[in-house]
Amino acid sequence: MSTKHRRISLTVNGEAVAREVPVRLNLVDFLRHDLGFTGSHVGCEQGACGACTVVLDGQTVRGCLVLAVQADGCAVVTIEGGVDDDLREMFYTLNALQCGFCTPGMLLSSAELLRANPNPSREDIREYLSGNFCRCTGYQAIVDAVFTVAEARRS
Amino acid sequence: MPYFPAGPRRSRIGADDVKAPDFDYCRPESMADALALLSLHADDAAIIAGGQSLLPILNFRLAAPELLIDIGRLDELKQVTEDDEFVEIGALVSHCDLADSPLVGRELPLLHQAIDHIAHPAVRHRGTIGGSLAMADPAAELGACCLALDGAFSIVSVRGQRWVAAADFFKGVYETALQPDEILTAIRLPKPAPGTISIFEEVARRRGDFAMAGLALVAAPNNLRIALLGVADRPVLVEQTMTLLTNNPTAVDEAVALIGTEVDPLDDPTYPPAYRRHLVQVLLRRALSRLPQ
Ligand code: FES
Ligand code: FES
Repeated sequence: MSTKHRRISLTVNGEAVAREVPVRLNLVDFLRHDLGFTGSHVGCEQGACGACTVVLDGQTVRGCLVLAVQADGCAVVTIEGGVDDDLREMFYTLNALQCGFCTPGMLLSSAELLRANPNPSREDIREYLSGNFCRCTGYQAIVDAVFTVAEARRS
Repeated sequence: MPYFPAGPRRSRIGADDVKAPDFDYCRPESMADALALLSLHADDAAIIAGGQSLLPILNFRLAAPELLIDIGRLDELKQVTEDDEFVEIGALVSHCDLADSPLVGRELPLLHQAIDHIAHPAVRHRGTIGGSLAMADPAAELGACCLALDGAFSIVSVRGQRWVAAADFFKGVYETALQPDEILTAIRLPKPAPGTISIFEEVARRRGDFAMAGLALVAAPNNLRIALLGVADRPVLVEQTMTLLTNNPTAVDEAVALIGTEVDPLDDPTYPPAYRRHLVQVLLRRALSRLPQ
């Protein structure tokens, strides 16, 4: 069977993109290999780890569980599209990353949490980030960073 | 993620590991088009909506449909409506939209409790109620909820529409009453009587993981229903325990003993049947302790 292709157009980080893609290609591979946005990582490819998190039409999704063709006509934002500066800086300040593999997903998910809930408890943060695995296991610092940003924004 | 038994290890590490097999893809503009396509390709096609269960299965190559029919943009299946008796939920309502629906919160708080246990926010944004039910993973939360709430499912094909009770819908692991040319389009749940209390309890290894066991309890005045998930090849009602508690709501110890005899969990090397039976008993005791005395 020859590989099936479709033409898709979407915006990625605000810029219009049109490409011919194999229909079985997932969104995160499209972003990484076709467009060069390698900030979204590929861990498990089965929806378990959250390394591939990107924002699709305003909501975080698993880039490995969305086909590129399903993003046709949509707006995609990756970590290269930017994330709240205070959050990014606090991750750096509080050592909330070691190897950085989980960090883009952690940042995009945390930013989404803080938009929905500016006043999260540490429990809320853990719950919201429960689908993002940090293989370096730096969870304590990650929760610290998100909590500290929420506190700083309130004061 | 569904539980997949360990298969032979693949030694080759390459670009195609954990990638879906090749297939064709179409995104019909209307339900009529989707049904016509499906009736044409029935045995070789799969319906995709959010894809949160199907895509992992394709990535593992446990299924290899020749055609994916994407119904994910059929907006008419994204509504939650009500009349005097029922709440009707379109099959494409996402877990996240269900959780945000004040109507669901008011009439069917059981669903709101259950959604907290479904995977993680990024998965809940895309995963749909219809997709979860049609996939029929025995550890999925919403099937057991629909069973406890005595719901029914609208099923359509080019041949017409029919309703199937939740109790008749689930046939086994990933098996349902859906024929190859049929699509699940809506879920109709009766509004619980005033004074009904509903409780959802689950044990999983980590937050958002697939349930080791779960329990959905709907205590209406004079009618108590309990459905379990993760303990059989499909969600199940525990009828004897339900009758006992309906007749005698305070018979907690007796009910806990009875429910342990009523379930027959599948053999599984990680969680032996005796362990799951124990979990069900713990969950029932927990749920009953949350009922007002
Ligand atoms: S790579 Fe997508 S969730 Fe792990
Ligand atoms: S910093 Fe290494 S995986 Fe999280």
